[in-house]
Amino acid sequence: MAHVAVSTSGAAVGDGPPAALERPDFQIVPRAGLPIVAVVLGLLIAGIAVDKLWPLEFLHVVGGAAWTVIDLFLGFVLGPIIGRLSIPARVEFTTRLMPKMVLIMPTVVTVTLAAGWQLGTKLGTVQTSYHLHGWVVASYIVVGVMAVIALGLLEPANIAVLVEMKKPRPNLEVIERLMKRFIYTAGATGLMQVATFVIMTRLAAG
Amino acid sequence: MSERRLPPVTQVGMASLALIVAGGIYLSAHLPNHVSLGPAIALLATSALLLAGNLAVLARVHGFPWRRFFEIARWALVAYVIIAGMIEYAFLRNHLSGGPLVVLTLSLVVFAVHVPVLIGFTVARYQES
Repeated sequence: MAHVAVSTSGAAVGDGPPAALERPDFQIVPRAGLPIVAVVLGLLIAGIAVDKLWPLEFLHVVGGAAWTVIDLFLGFVLGPIIGRLSIPARVEFTTRLMPKMVLIMPTVVTVTLAAGWQLGTKLGTVQTSYHLHGWVVASYIVVGVMAVIALGLLEPANIAVLVEMKKPRPNLEVIERLMKRFIYTAGATGLMQVATFVIMTRLAAG
Repeated sequence: MSERRLPPVTQVGMASLALIVAGGIYLSAHLPNHVSLGPAIALLATSALLLAGNLAVLARVHGFPWRRFFEIARWALVAYVIIAGMIEYAFLRNHLSGGPLVVLTLSLVVFAVHVPVLIGFTVARYQES
C-alpha cells in the first residue's frame, strides 16, 4: 500500500508531532468492501422474505453478537490502547481501522435490527400480549439511545476523521478531538451493550 | 486551533433523532393494539421542525463550506436511504398499513435526511475556508 508523507502543521498534540508523518493511502469508503455489504444486505432481504426461523435467528444473533463485541472491544480494549500509541502509530492505525468501520457498523446494525424485528414479529414477542413485553420495550429504548449516540456523534466523527486524514495537510488536533469523540461514544454504546446482554438473555430464558 | 462559531447543529440533530426514535418506540410498544397516533405525529412534527430549523440556521452561516458539506452529505444520503429502505421493507413485509405506516415512513425520511446532514456538518465544520 502506498504511503504519503503528511505535514503536521497546525497542531501540537501530546509531546508534539514530528515534522512529517507517514500516512498509508486509503479510501474513506473501501470499495472492495461494498460487494460484501451488498451480499449481506441481500441475505437480509432474503431472510425477511422467506420468513423462516433459522435464517432470521442467524442474522439477528450473528449481527447482534458482532455489534456488541465490536462496541465493547473498541470502547474498552482498543480505545485505551489507541490513546497510548505514538502519533505516527495512531495515524497509521486509524487510517486502517476507520474506513472498515464505515462499512461494518451500519451494515451490522441494519442487519441486527431488521432481522430482529422480523424475528420478533414471527415469534410474537413484539406484541403487547407477550408476557415479557416490558423487557422487549426496554430493549427498544436501549437500542434507541444507542442509535441516537451512534448516528449523531459516532458515525459523523468516523467520517470526519477520515476526511481530515485525506487532506494534504491534516490537522492533528482535529483528528485527536474527533478520535476522542469516537472512542468515548464507542465506550458509551459499549456500556449500553451490557444492558442489551441482560435484556436479551432474559428474553432467551423465557 | 481556532474554531469558527457555529450553531448547535449536532445537538439539535440528536434531539430530532431522539424524537423520531421515541415515536417509533411508542408505536412499536403498542402492537398490535390500536394506538392513538397523536403522540407519534407530535413527535414526528417536532423532529421535522428541528430538521428544518437546523438547515435554516445553517444556511445563514456566513462562509460555511457548502461544497464540502454536499460532497459528503450526498453519499451519506445514498447510504442512509438504503438503510431506511431496508427498514421500510421490513414494515411492508409485516403488512403494516394505514396511519402507523405513514408516520413511520415519514420518520424514516427525517432520519434518512438528518443523519447525512449531521455527517456533512461535522466534516465541513473543520474545512478550512
